[in-house]
Amino acid sequence: MAEPLTHAAPHEDHDHKPHGWRRWVYATNHKDIGTMYLIFACTMFFIGGLLAMLIRLELFRPGLQFFDPQLFNSFTTMHALIMIFGAIMPGWTGLANWMIPMQVGAPDMALPRLNNLSFWILPFAFTLLLGSLFVPGGAPAGGWTMYPPLVLQTGASFPMLIFSIHLMGASSILGAINVIVTIMNMRAPGMTLLRMPLFVWTWLITAYLLIAVMPVLAGAVTMLLTDHFFGTTFFTAAGGGDPVMFQHIFWFFGHPEVYILILPAFGIISEVIPTFSRKPLFGYEAMVYAVASIAFLSFIVWAHHMFTVGMPLAAQLFFMLSTMLIAVPTGVKVFNWTATMWKGSLSFEPPMLFALAFLFLFTIGGFSGLMLAIVPADYQYQDTYFVVAHFHYVLVPGSIFGMMAGVYYWLPKWTGHMYDLRLATWHFWLSAIFVNVLFFPQHFLGLAGMPRRIPDYAVQFTDWNMVSSIGAFGFGLSQLLFPYIIWKCVRGGERIGNKAWEGAHGLEWELPSPPPYHSWTEPPSDAVIARGAAH
Amino acid sequence: MTIRAKLFSSATALGAAAAGAPASAASGWGDLNMPRGVTEISRKIYDLHMTIFWVCVAIGVLVFGAMIWSLIAYRKSRGAVADVTLVHNTKVEFIWTVVPVFILIAMAVPAARTLVEIEDTSKTELTIKVTGFQWGWQYDYLDDGVAFFSHLDRASNAARELLSGIDPNTVDHYLLNVDNPLVVPVATKVRLLITAADVIHSWWVPAFGVKKDAIPGFVNEAWFRVDADQPGLYRGQCAELCGRDHGFMPIVVDVRSKADFAAWLKEKAAAQKEPAAPATAPPGATPVPPGNTTAP
Repeated sequence: MAEPLTHAAPHEDHDHKPHGWRRWVYATNHKDIGTMYLIFACTMFFIGGLLAMLIRLELFRPGLQFFDPQLFNSFTTMHALIMIFGAIMPGWTGLANWMIPMQVGAPDMALPRLNNLSFWILPFAFTLLLGSLFVPGGAPAGGWTMYPPLVLQTGASFPMLIFSIHLMGASSILGAINVIVTIMNMRAPGMTLLRMPLFVWTWLITAYLLIAVMPVLAGAVTMLLTDHFFGTTFFTAAGGGDPVMFQHIFWFFGHPEVYILILPAFGIISEVIPTFSRKPLFGYEAMVYAVASIAFLSFIVWAHHMFTVGMPLAAQLFFMLSTMLIAVPTGVKVFNWTATMWKGSLSFEPPMLFALAFLFLFTIGGFSGLMLAIVPADYQYQDTYFVVAHFHYVLVPGSIFGMMAGVYYWLPKWTGHMYDLRLATWHFWLSAIFVNVLFFPQHFLGLAGMPRRIPDYAVQFTDWNMVSSIGAFGFGLSQLLFPYIIWKCVRGGERIGNKAWEGAHGLEWELPSPPPYHSWTEPPSDAVIARGAAH
Repeated sequence: MTIRAKLFSSATALGAAAAGAPASAASGWGDLNMPRGVTEISRKIYDLHMTIFWVCVAIGVLVFGAMIWSLIAYRKSRGAVADVTLVHNTKVEFIWTVVPVFILIAMAVPAARTLVEIEDTSKTELTIKVTGFQWGWQYDYLDDGVAFFSHLDRASNAARELLSGIDPNTVDHYLLNVDNPLVVPVATKVRLLITAADVIHSWWVPAFGVKKDAIPGFVNEAWFRVDADQPGLYRGQCAELCGRDHGFMPIVVDVRSKADFAAWLKEKAAAQKEPAAPATAPPGATPVPPGNTTAP
């Protein structure tokens, strides 16, 4: 086969897709399912974002102006659950669905019907979760971490919370199985593991993390369920249980979870920076090993989320050291990205702008993470706005900007049209400025002593809370540009060829834009694969 | 926070953030950094915090410097041509893997040393049991038969109601004031036995460098020794989400000279022995059931 399938005529396409609603409800095509995942994630991003803006509205001034404290606690709890399980995780799965088959030279995902199931579980999970806002006793208000005994005081929404978590977990596990099977079995001949694009690598490792820890979360919340309804006392001291045990189990899930949220972003950044530096990724293999070591370390650092619970000295020392160790592979990644730009030929299209913001701001989040690892200092930081600032710096300019970089990078490929670059650049600058106005002052608030998860605060915290709230409103409103730009691009725009970007490499850029319904119906040739794997 | 500490903290945070905020003493703009506190441990924590902060600043200057240099020097619009052979360099990669390890070890040693000191609860001179509940604190002077509850004070409690119409700025120490503060002597190693009655709380006084979770069914230990020359009122808050009024269970510690403390304790113990204790409650205090102490 001398020629890749880029000139396949439409009639050769076995494109028997159902039309109308059946195309979506019965969907088995990786692109259709990917699109549904991305639309779902975007919807949840706006619902979660609305809750965040309500939180910042209440915190604009001291005193309670809008919400009862219980409702405020529901907002913080729901904001976190929606953003983590509704926006970021489905967003990554959507990108995986769209890109992994194209990037490894496959026609589709390995398990298309499983793929359909894993998506269609989500609307049910979130109907349960969002429905909990309207039941007696209100939505869950014990924090997304669901610590007992507090979470056991939840009203009628308690079983809704638990079952929605079970459903989200089932969906994630099915999606992860699909990703692993696709990558392991569907790669084109010649697409060796060390030729795979970094996005495929990071997703492969993410998928293993998901399979390892989602059952742990399911176990933890099931124990909560039986404690609440069936008289067990896993987490109740009066019955011989231990509330801290929940925290250990939860964070054994929770720490790998934070890498589940960020590793695919590492993959995207590792593709976007080389493209717009017109230079192959520096230290490809080191990047793969760094991601693998971060994933391994993520299993042995969980207790750094709970240094104040009163652990033995030796345990605290162990978790401090293992946590600090994560800085090494993370540093390697940041240095490699910087070295990729070094002596490159840089241009600043929207995906690159978001990748650069990721690089700077994720590093700031990494620094505050290093500070948080120092146990004695953590005693002062724990459960303050300093922690809120830290994890929002790694999740918003980290995961979210990484995802936006990915969408702006591949959108022309998906639609066949170039989007409005000027408007996307506006979207970038508004986001990048407001995200700092929003989250940087929260470092000050935390250090000055403001606890997190409070609806009202002492008056000396007023000024920086006002700044933060202004940033939140600005950031939230700026995001409306994002779906508008995408919608406009779907509707039309300048046609592009196979390659949307001058410096882009990889199998997805060897396919036409938009790509055929079944991406690679014949595997790409070795020459095409070698051309794509430019490292 | 003393003026000196305030200015110092402002200067350091300003240097870091380049946030051109005026350090006005009257408003919250100047509250940018962790307080140094009034115990030896809190100052050690502060020093660790500042050390790791400056380490991050130094690394940041190098890394961000290299990034910014690339953004300026290697722009395509300025005619930069990519050096596509620059994809690997064993020596450089080795250095940037190993050097951070040494920096981390250098940070871990003092941190571990301080941690060992914090965990040393031996030779304490006064033991107080602290019980968190929804939503307040109970203090129990185990050796002296003194016990009382501590709640958000009435002025804050009125102002914090939804749409109360009371401006929080007119309330003295809004949300950081209580009816009955914990009273302790200066220059004394005070041990706290921290537990909870219902859900998990966390007892936090930043100026002491103490934050420890209060967990129902379990007893945690913490200790502090306030400098001899630093009597006064120190304020903190519950630091673990504990339900609706989590934001409204402050902590106030009244640190007195040893003589004043002894007098206070004696008076308090005598008052609590009387059967008609409610009459002896200080004016303005929330009525506390007198029999509800677990003191031996």
